[in-house]
Amino acid sequence: MSGVLELFARFWPQLLQGAGITLLLTVEGLAAGLALGLLTALGRVYGNRFWRGLAIGYVEIFRGTPLLVQLFLLYYGLPGLGITLSREWSAFLALGLNSGAYQAEYLRGSLLAIGSSQMMAGRAIGMSKWQTIREIILPQALRLAIPAWANEPVSLLKSTAVVFLIAVPELMAQGKIIAARTYNPIGAYITVAIVYLAIVYLLDAFLKWAEVRVKIPGFEAEGKKA
Amino acid sequence: MDSPILQAKNLTKIYGQNVIFQDISLDVNRGETIVVIGPSGTGKSTLLRCINLLTPINSGQIFLNGKEITAPEASEDKVRQQVGMVFQNFLLFNHLTALDNVMIGLSKVKKLPKAQAREKALYELNRVGLSDRADHYPGQLSGGQQQRVGIARALAMDPSVMLFDEPTSALDPELIGEVLGVMEILAREHMTMLVVTHEMGFAREVANRIVFMEKGSIVEQGSPNDLFYHPQHERTREFLWKITELYGKKDEEE
Repeated sequence: MSGVLELFARFWPQLLQGAGITLLLTVEGLAAGLALGLLTALGRVYGNRFWRGLAIGYVEIFRGTPLLVQLFLLYYGLPGLGITLSREWSAFLALGLNSGAYQAEYLRGSLLAIGSSQMMAGRAIGMSKWQTIREIILPQALRLAIPAWANEPVSLLKSTAVVFLIAVPELMAQGKIIAARTYNPIGAYITVAIVYLAIVYLLDAFLKWAEVRVKIPGFEAEGKKA
Repeated sequence: MDSPILQAKNLTKIYGQNVIFQDISLDVNRGETIVVIGPSGTGKSTLLRCINLLTPINSGQIFLNGKEITAPEASEDKVRQQVGMVFQNFLLFNHLTALDNVMIGLSKVKKLPKAQAREKALYELNRVGLSDRADHYPGQLSGGQQQRVGIARALAMDPSVMLFDEPTSALDPELIGEVLGVMEILAREHMTMLVVTHEMGFAREVANRIVFMEKGSIVEQGSPNDLFYHPQHERTREFLWKITELYGKKDEEE
């Protein structure tokens, strides 16, 4: 099959290295995006006008422009302002900022689904607003968000491919190198596609496992009713 | 008798153009069970929420144990620890077991050590007859059981007053009894309670005083005997006749 097996046999160290960088970028971007997305969602749902405005602006800008434009602005644009970022930092920031905007929307949806009644119940026993958010709202909202949020790791993983354009040696970049070296673009990109598929498969399996682990009996049904 | 534990003075609540209630004054004495009755939309539930400061009033004053809780310098969170609230839709914390629902206020608000909080929470669950359901999540409990956990959660904070906002309205008929039973026991133990309900049997048997509210004001109040058998106002008579027709059949058969 277009010599895919031979390519694996010959280039497995490069493929492994590329896959490692791809996975690292995904995990870093997800983590940064989760922190950013959580802050943004909280700011948008519970913040005052200032935080709400900031949150909306951030989400609109980073969801409304291509990741590639954001990446190039960070890597090629910022030096014009006297800020020079390494390739890795540019890739990390672009992916984190972009993913954060999407994650904010997933989390906002589930914060709204948990609703004001749980807030009232928390306040009624004397908890402060932020205590109620931390102890009552978030543990439920995060669980509720998992099925929709589970798209994000897979989506981000595939988005990392664009950073080969600033020469970060991730999986796609390795594919390009292999294609050039073997004059076998079909084989090279099929090989790379197979590696992506394998990582997605593992990610999905992990997410399913995590979803079951944090499941609370009867909670899902309650969430659907609300 | 000492001064009222809860005093509402000239409370008014307005949403936009709508006057929810106007110039309501109500004294609740220590150990008293007051049942508030009246047609839907007369501001009974809003009144409870205002007393708990969950909804701000537009004017008037509320005193709890002689201190004004509507004063600007009063801490809402402190006040709510002293006023227990039981909701129509239970509003249990769905991600926590029955025990943790009762415990969370003790450990996070009262900052009790874990063992002590646990012991107190188990005691309160036992009080509502649910110690064998401690590790069940709300989704695994019946409505009546959920509401009893809700009562235990409020009781755990050792409130001065317990507010019940139509505690049985969301329950299937066969589950109402177990919740009213728990409330009856509390009344007999002289817990101070303010109960909004349509359960006339409970009102007649358990209340020390019944308050009839309509269109945002208190029309009439008095002992169950006075209100049920010698109502002063035509509207009270009409309402009681109608609601007994609807809910009270089984009481009459007794």
